[in-house]
Amino acid sequence: MRQRVQIPMPVRYLINGVLIVLLFLLGQVLISTGVLSSYYQKILLQVGVYIIAAVSLNVATGYLGQLPLGHAGFMAVGGYTAGIFMKNFPIKGMPAFVLAILLAGIVAGIFGIIIGIPALRLKGDYLAIITLGFGEIIRVILLNIDTVLGFKFTGGAAGLMGIPKYTSFPIVFICVAVTCLAIHTMMKSRHGRAILSIRENEIAAESCGINTFYYKTMAFVASAFFAGVAGALFASYLGLLVPSDFGFMKSIEILVMVVLGGMGSMLGSVLAAAVLTIVPFALQSISQTVADYRMVIYSVLLIIVMIFKPSGLLGTYDFSFTRILEKLINRVGIHDGVAKKGEKSR
Amino acid sequence: MSKMVPVPTHSYLPERDVDKVPILEARHLGIDFGGLTAVDSLDLTIGRTEIAGLIGPNGAGKTTVFNLLTKVYQPTRGTILLDAKDTAGMNTVQVNHAGIARTFQNIRLFKDLTVLENVLIGLHNSMNVNLMESVFRLPRYWKQEKEAKEKALELLSIFQMQDLAKYEAGALPYGAQRRLEIVRALGTNPKLLLLDEPAAGMNPSETASLMENIQKIRDSFHIAIMLIEHDMNLVMGICEGIAVLNYGKIIAKGTPEEIQANPAVIEAYLGKKKEG
Amino acid sequence: MLFLSQIINGLQLGSIYALVALGYSMVYGIIMLLNFAHGDIIMVGGYVAMLTIAAGVHPILAVILAILACVVLGVMIDKVAYAPLRSSPRISLLITAIGVSFLLENLAQNIWGANARPFPNSSIIKGSAINIGGVHIGNTAIVTIAVSLLSMVVLTFLVQKTKRGKAMRAVSEDMGTAQLMGINVNNTITFTFAVGSALAGIGSILYCCTYPQVSPTMGSMLGLKAFVAAVLGGIGSIPGAMVGGFAIGMAEVLVRAAGLSDWTDGAVFAILIVVLLFRPTGLMGRPMTEKV
Repeated sequence: MRQRVQIPMPVRYLINGVLIVLLFLLGQVLISTGVLSSYYQKILLQVGVYIIAAVSLNVATGYLGQLPLGHAGFMAVGGYTAGIFMKNFPIKGMPAFVLAILLAGIVAGIFGIIIGIPALRLKGDYLAIITLGFGEIIRVILLNIDTVLGFKFTGGAAGLMGIPKYTSFPIVFICVAVTCLAIHTMMKSRHGRAILSIRENEIAAESCGINTFYYKTMAFVASAFFAGVAGALFASYLGLLVPSDFGFMKSIEILVMVVLGGMGSMLGSVLAAAVLTIVPFALQSISQTVADYRMVIYSVLLIIVMIFKPSGLLGTYDFSFTRILEKLINRVGIHDGVAKKGEKSR
Repeated sequence: MSKMVPVPTHSYLPERDVDKVPILEARHLGIDFGGLTAVDSLDLTIGRTEIAGLIGPNGAGKTTVFNLLTKVYQPTRGTILLDAKDTAGMNTVQVNHAGIARTFQNIRLFKDLTVLENVLIGLHNSMNVNLMESVFRLPRYWKQEKEAKEKALELLSIFQMQDLAKYEAGALPYGAQRRLEIVRALGTNPKLLLLDEPAAGMNPSETASLMENIQKIRDSFHIAIMLIEHDMNLVMGICEGIAVLNYGKIIAKGTPEEIQANPAVIEAYLGKKKEG
Repeated sequence: MLFLSQIINGLQLGSIYALVALGYSMVYGIIMLLNFAHGDIIMVGGYVAMLTIAAGVHPILAVILAILACVVLGVMIDKVAYAPLRSSPRISLLITAIGVSFLLENLAQNIWGANARPFPNSSIIKGSAINIGGVHIGNTAIVTIAVSLLSMVVLTFLVQKTKRGKAMRAVSEDMGTAQLMGINVNNTITFTFAVGSALAGIGSILYCCTYPQVSPTMGSMLGLKAFVAAVLGGIGSIPGAMVGGFAIGMAEVLVRAAGLSDWTDGAVFAILIVVLLFRPTGLMGRPMTEKV
């Protein structure tokens, strides 16, 4: 019989909780001691925003197996919601910002339902096209709605200016942690399994009694919700939003992160989002010419990865600190000579 | 919906099922694909605990019948009564909730997921924790996950597959994949289990133990099973009633003995019939 | 009278969309790929024509060179980026196409600069507007519509009457069976890309003559709209692409004529969404089913 040490659930949660707190403290110390200059802090905030954007897109792309091409549209909805709310809400300060983030997520989620219900009736390429269309329509509306309304609402092409800038390391960190945890716990439940079953084989899922349309919508709305959160953080980070920030190209940029990291791997999305956000800044500090070719490098990378490793750099592998701990304990402790080939690493 | 209770008319229904409402009653079922009639005027009755066989030459429309019963295709004509309830207007998901589960001729497992996860997906509707309870990991989540996992392992143990729980479904050998599909289907708690060529690709000893297990499943779950199969030893060995399909129409119905003696069946299988 | 000239405008724009949409549709018909890079092939064609004319090449030669460049580029993209993925999941292929599109746009931006440059349209289409019953019809409009229609006639002939065309139809019907029948599938795919890209090249010149400027991102919106036209008509269907192209062109001109020019892009996508919801396979597309 195999005697493998398994860390019990409460302990796992404790270990992971401690890990998150340590990471947070590390960030705080680096900032307060001035090791991270304000320039690096800004990069760090952007990394956080893009991690949320990529991880949320991964729900629809990696887990549900669809290819929405309008993710930036949901970010735009969230960003503008938060921006307009914060500019007009009588109370200012952190509570207003937290409220704005929640509201941004909810409004983006509602857009997710509005767009998802028709879009998810279609499959594959058609879903890609229709979400692309919706993304573009959102941009056009943000650009022109003021002329229809007759008053300043989104600020048109000039942009929505004067959004209070509250985005800081602690709030971004908390949002990233909450997003990753919530998506993780959702995926490790009957809901998450239902979503995965649709990606794996929709007809089989239906014959297992999975209401595929319901779970597709659920995944799509979750994806939109967190994209809205990312949009809100982005809005309050920049203090200014213009519709052209949220075009087709932005959707593709986020998609590149998810694909390079490995569709279906949260760690992949997090790493790819971090690396692809940092790289341009790093390139800039090396040489402007190289930085100019950033997008060229991205696209070549994307093509090469698709040809040679279509599952992305990490495949569907997901990181688990406790699992690594378990492996270490088992290696040091009992040697069970059981072949682990084919055993699932999740 | 009228609660009509059809009178079983077919002599081959097992004696113990004769006086009960049949689990499935198909009447004049038919489907056309763009003017081409694939299945026509199909009448079928399956007893509550019957093991029924659907046989016929390649291309006779056997899988199409399964697809009609599970509403993967919507029938052009006819009615399907599942436990005396008309399934008109239901989709695949609703038919599963109403009590039909199936396997597929071309295996459709969730390949990248583990064996356990495959069965847990089958058990999806036996759980009812909502999204918020799952996300916040409330007590009901833990309780139901634990119960479902135990149930899944118990189901896997029918085929002695509980030790494979952690392996990727796509990495299993062919025969094990077929067995896993049966386990997954059983997870949905069906009243009628449809098996599409369960023994395909299995060696004789695997087939023999499959036959035993099919009977075991019927006896312990008290459900009806209908199977499509080309292996005549299996069909004649465990099926109580058999329907023979040719060119989309039923050409014979009866007990294994009656079917083997039926001239129309022999003709349809001419050159193919090897075993008796 | 104003109405008539709007119709002409719609036809002019629509015929360009139709030419580009044909490329999308043909490629989709044969390898089930939404070739996102198609719009950017148009952009490259525009730059080649502009630069060669600026270098003193005769305009007619420049046009031919531009079309040739499109053909070579289209075929090369297929060979380098798409061919290795023939048996991969469709999503990988689609992402690769997006990558190629991204690559071309950004390369162009780095090589030729991000700003729009004027296109020497007057050296390609000469002469002035003609006047029919008080309606001014621009020379460019006449040439555009005539050339597009001629191209479509040639294409229809090619697909319906020639051996190559028959092979194309066979491969798009069933690649495996076509191969078993002795059709060289790879050559047929290459040929399809070549024809589609040639049409894109022609469309590119006509587009640049209508809106006389070139920019790295010009293919993006044009491509997206032509793509909408292809989907609208039923992707994979050649007559569908033509109908879709004219429909989108007309719709755009009408929205503009109604004084809503800021909303044209939105309107085009709104039409797409409505059509997809009620006829998911477009106006003339065939329904797709999965074998169970």
